[in-house]
Amino acid sequence: MDHLDQLEAQSIYIFREAFARLKKIALLWSLGKDSNVMIWLARKAFFGRVPFPALHVDTGKKFPEMYRFRDHYGKEWELDLRVEPCPPIDAVDPTLPPAARSAARKTEGLKMALGKYGFDGLIAGIRRDEEATRAKERVFSPRGLEGNWDVRDQPPEFWDHFNASPPQGAHLRIHPILHWTESDIWAYTKRENIPIIPLYLSQNGKRYRSLGDQDITNPVASTASNIDEILAELEQTKVPERAGRALDHETEDAFERLRVAGYL
Amino acid sequence: MNMLVTPTSPATPNGTTRPQVRIVIVGHVDHGKSTLVGRLLHETGSLPDGKLEMLKAVSARRGMPFEWSFLLDALQTERDQGITIDTTQIRFRTNSRDIVLIDAPGHAEFLRNMITGASQADGAVLIIDALEGVRDQTRRHGYLLHLLGVKQVAVVVNKMDRVDFSAERFKDISDEISAHLNGLGVTPTAVIPISARDGDGVAERTDRISWYNGPTVVEALDQLEPARPLEALALRLPVQAIYKFDDRRIVAGRIESGSLVAGDEIVIMPAGKIARIKTVESWPVTPVAGRQGAGRSVGITLDRELFIERGDIVAHVGTAPRETRRLRARIFWLHDKPLAKGDQLLVRCGPKESRATVVAIEKAVDPGELSSSENKAISRNHVGEIDISLSNPIATDPYTENPRTGRLVIEVSGRIAGGGLVLSVDAGQRAVPVDIVPVESALRPDERSARYRHNGAVVWLTGLPASGKSTLAKALERRLFTNGGSPILLDGDTLRAGLNSDLGFSAADRSENIRRLAEVATHLARNGHIAIVAAVSPAREDRATARRIADTAFREIHVATPAEVCEERDPKGHYKKARSGALASFTGIGNDYERPEAAELAIDTSTRSVAEAADEIEQMLKTSGVLFDELVDLAANI
Repeated sequence: MDHLDQLEAQSIYIFREAFARLKKIALLWSLGKDSNVMIWLARKAFFGRVPFPALHVDTGKKFPEMYRFRDHYGKEWELDLRVEPCPPIDAVDPTLPPAARSAARKTEGLKMALGKYGFDGLIAGIRRDEEATRAKERVFSPRGLEGNWDVRDQPPEFWDHFNASPPQGAHLRIHPILHWTESDIWAYTKRENIPIIPLYLSQNGKRYRSLGDQDITNPVASTASNIDEILAELEQTKVPERAGRALDHETEDAFERLRVAGYL
Repeated sequence: MNMLVTPTSPATPNGTTRPQVRIVIVGHVDHGKSTLVGRLLHETGSLPDGKLEMLKAVSARRGMPFEWSFLLDALQTERDQGITIDTTQIRFRTNSRDIVLIDAPGHAEFLRNMITGASQADGAVLIIDALEGVRDQTRRHGYLLHLLGVKQVAVVVNKMDRVDFSAERFKDISDEISAHLNGLGVTPTAVIPISARDGDGVAERTDRISWYNGPTVVEALDQLEPARPLEALALRLPVQAIYKFDDRRIVAGRIESGSLVAGDEIVIMPAGKIARIKTVESWPVTPVAGRQGAGRSVGITLDRELFIERGDIVAHVGTAPRETRRLRARIFWLHDKPLAKGDQLLVRCGPKESRATVVAIEKAVDPGELSSSENKAISRNHVGEIDISLSNPIATDPYTENPRTGRLVIEVSGRIAGGGLVLSVDAGQRAVPVDIVPVESALRPDERSARYRHNGAVVWLTGLPASGKSTLAKALERRLFTNGGSPILLDGDTLRAGLNSDLGFSAADRSENIRRLAEVATHLARNGHIAIVAAVSPAREDRATARRIADTAFREIHVATPAEVCEERDPKGHYKKARSGALASFTGIGNDYERPEAAELAIDTSTRSVAEAADEIEQMLKTSGVLFDELVDLAANI
């Protein structure tokens, strides 16, 4: 088994645990490279079909390429796609800096969707290497009744044994690709021939490394126009993956505040 | 998952795979762990080009002397920035080994981190400061290595430069730590004098330690034996789920050890059902050809429809795991409330979960104090050895035979509260696997209890021969029947005439006799009858087995008639024969009857009439929920 085989087998294991141990789960599809790999892994875990809904919490501000991708592959992959809207910006904590506030709409949209469907588990494609607070995550991460995350009181988790009993009314976040890196994602995308949104490839000397809402995501300088070139670039670069995400740079704790409140 | 310091390819030039050894470096804080790691990375040529020069230049610019531990710090900073990844593992190479170094950091959450890290190690390096000598933490870490079953321990005595490379000082420390480790059953593979800062003893035996002629640290690491690769162990595929998304019925799970291929004959444990693997399913291409090995998440289909559940284990016939309801485990405890005898828990062995009861706490140790005075409970962050009885049979292995299936976690209120290693299983081992499909009764238990006005139960009468068990059992049977119930007498002697006629009176045969009685009685109880067992059942352990089998249905009654009264009665003439030596292995003469300690009821028939005794039993059955007190309640239940 090579490195990618190991990552894949581990993710499949996590998917199957989540499906076996929780009653009502959904997968969060943000249309980006990570969640596309995640859906691919789910199809591997369940032999070609995703036996639970794929939830797109839609801010309405994604790139047109992303919407096209969603509509096309949602059908082709036979997903039970649920597109859920987010509340307007004035419904969101006004003390947050602008980009974080804009992003926080997603947290609210997520809470609304949770209330609507009563999911007890949400599968999310976050990775430890993306960002410092995500590095502290558990694979099965309990969330409070308000969707909040208590960083200081996380249950022990070892030997692939996960805590899967959320308190009544609360839910778990399940992170099947927590142990992957940005390079792993690209190497696997290439190996498995998983479709990608072209915004990740260089045009006019720029490309997106991480895709979010149009108003708070910027491209980074890059000449990588295919996956091999992206992988080569990642070997060299000192620029963090989320460099193009405005909200990460507003205040030092903006992202942590968001995540504690329930953001992904 | 690993931080690759060198881009390693697992293959050697001749195409063979280099053995991989996982080690953990432990020892008292400031005794030089990160300095040694930095040195090792350098000496084994594992650092990226220019890294060392860069750090030296940075140190010089800041006017600081260069420290080897900066290397680790630098790598850690890189990890924080997300350039190189994760977390807890660093790789380097010796002449013949790929070493994976498991970083076990953290003082506050010391135990949790240390155990999680070290539980995956094949070997350990225990570091001791030559000046400070063996400290508490040194002993603690030594103990934890023992706890986790890490047997290969290389000891390094660091900072020898601080003691002028004194051979005497080295010998003192070496003797002290060797005695400590030997006491724990661990023999150090080497004790090495070093100066990690200057490099003495790390990769080279320098002049300053010319008196030492053992291995260097790199040589010692080179001699560590890798764990047997998981693929070389027997097949263990714990079942995560059965999927039926289309016309295939796929048994899904991860191969924890061994390998499988279509066509293999397999056995599903603990039930012992046999089948053949028809296909190995996958996506997007299916079926997949070729052998699938440990680590793979797979799906298999079988050549026949069997009832399989999550938590069952697929194994090969002949090398199947043991089936048990009882096991002994070495655990670490993380919950606020101490773990005590009698506690009800949830145990998880892979995907299998079972309710469990702590039968005994054999040992409880504070790894900080290393005192094992307490053995009533295991406190938070303490360790111990416990006996667990499980309400469902599980299939498992001792961790020495299979590190993947031989471990468990314990849950309290839905949260992992501890974990540990399976030391031994009390196996009700099946001689030959058989193809069994249990058939359930057409009736539900509540249908029967509505008619009989009682729940099913096993009423177990134990006591010396002639203590009055059978008399009492028959009186009780008559009484329950008169009241409309469904009692059934299972007399030990009667069953010995038929079902158990193959058994003699050796300890093993007696245990088996009791086990069968308990199985039959439990079957009756599950079907709503009250099985009244009258059997001497002298061994406490055998009665405990019976209680485990019958679980909550079990009621033990000690017919506690004094021995001399029993012998005087002697209705079958057994005591007389035994006294004359004509009856070997007779319980009653001698001391082989072990009195119950916590029977539900004790009755002395020398001071009670049969009717009074039956009254007492009836009352106990009422208060313990076997007999329904009120007809009205019953009506409400229908």
